[in-house]
Amino acid sequence: MNATDEKPIREKIRAFILASIHVPDLADDDNLFESGIVNSLFAVQLMTFIEKTFGIEVGMDDLEIANFKSIEASADFVIRKKAQPETV
Amino acid sequence: MKFSTIGVVGAGTIGIGVITDLVLHGLHAVVVEISDAAQRKAKAEVLKNIRFAPMFSKTLPRTSREDALRRMTFSNELRDLARCEFVIENVPEKWEIKRPIYEQLDSFMPPAVCFGVNTSCITIARVAAVTQRPAQIIGLHAMNPVHLMPTVEVIRSEHTSDDTVATLQALFAQLGKQAIIVNDSPGFVSNRISHLFMNEAACVLQDQVSTAEQIDQIFKQCFGHKMGPLETADLIGLDTVANSLDVLYDSFQDPKFRCCPLLRELVEAGHLGRKTGRGFFTYPEALDL
Repeated sequence: MNATDEKPIREKIRAFILASIHVPDLADDDNLFESGIVNSLFAVQLMTFIEKTFGIEVGMDDLEIANFKSIEASADFVIRKKAQPETV
Repeated sequence: MKFSTIGVVGAGTIGIGVITDLVLHGLHAVVVEISDAAQRKAKAEVLKNIRFAPMFSKTLPRTSREDALRRMTFSNELRDLARCEFVIENVPEKWEIKRPIYEQLDSFMPPAVCFGVNTSCITIARVAAVTQRPAQIIGLHAMNPVHLMPTVEVIRSEHTSDDTVATLQALFAQLGKQAIIVNDSPGFVSNRISHLFMNEAACVLQDQVSTAEQIDQIFKQCFGHKMGPLETADLIGLDTVANSLDVLYDSFQDPKFRCCPLLRELVEAGHLGRKTGRGFFTYPEALDL
């Protein structure tokens, strides 16, 4: 996946987060959890949004805060998952 | 005492959390909820909570979807709780709803079974008075998200026996929870204080002193709270907050508990917070997640 593919993913994630958590702006690498911007309830919403929007499944092994700690981390996670071959 | 089957009355926001906690810890939950739609929503929410729980707590047991489904039974008949070893009630904070439930439960549940009143403000003594088992009525004010909160405010009335306290603590031991035991009074400790915060935050917003975002930012960034008062109210449900303020106002007859008109307007407009997608803030994806 190249940079032109990454940008829309990042922007969709950013738009969802900004619409949901009521802060004026966020840098791609702002840590959502350490800064106290979001809580566990929002994290579940974010993961559900990512699954629905990008057609991927967050598996048991993916349930790490590090995968969703920022816009950048979430976009990287989506890109990694989309690059994986689908298993039946 | 080791519990295996717990009755849960009401599957709203807190009821869903209680069911999640029970199921995660291997207990069977018999859930009575009169609304079929609420039953369906509760089942889906519990499964979602269980799926994502390992991300937020490494100590919570892992539970498969199949096991979780096996451990939940839904019904709209209180009598289906007859074999439960303990009952946790989580219906809305309205006496006209709570009262008949306790009267009915008391009429058929085995005499030894204790009832946990998951209430925000109604006193435990008031509930105890409509049953023939006042010593076995105990308050447990669990907070959202129930399965991730390690501690519960527990309320004993003047009737609650030491055995009942020990019974609840045995249940909490199975759930990995601690109790902070306080005396009975409207709103107990938590809501008598927190609802003043939330109500006054609504008044500050109504008076246009600041935006909703600024109010919450001050609490988070200046006081170090995890959540601001307005998003907390949205999480609890604005109807529940307004109902609790009404109970506090009726109980103390103190105008400091009078519900802010803006809060009342939002409730009347159906903007109940996170659960409806809009309260003091909007939650664009809340409805269809």
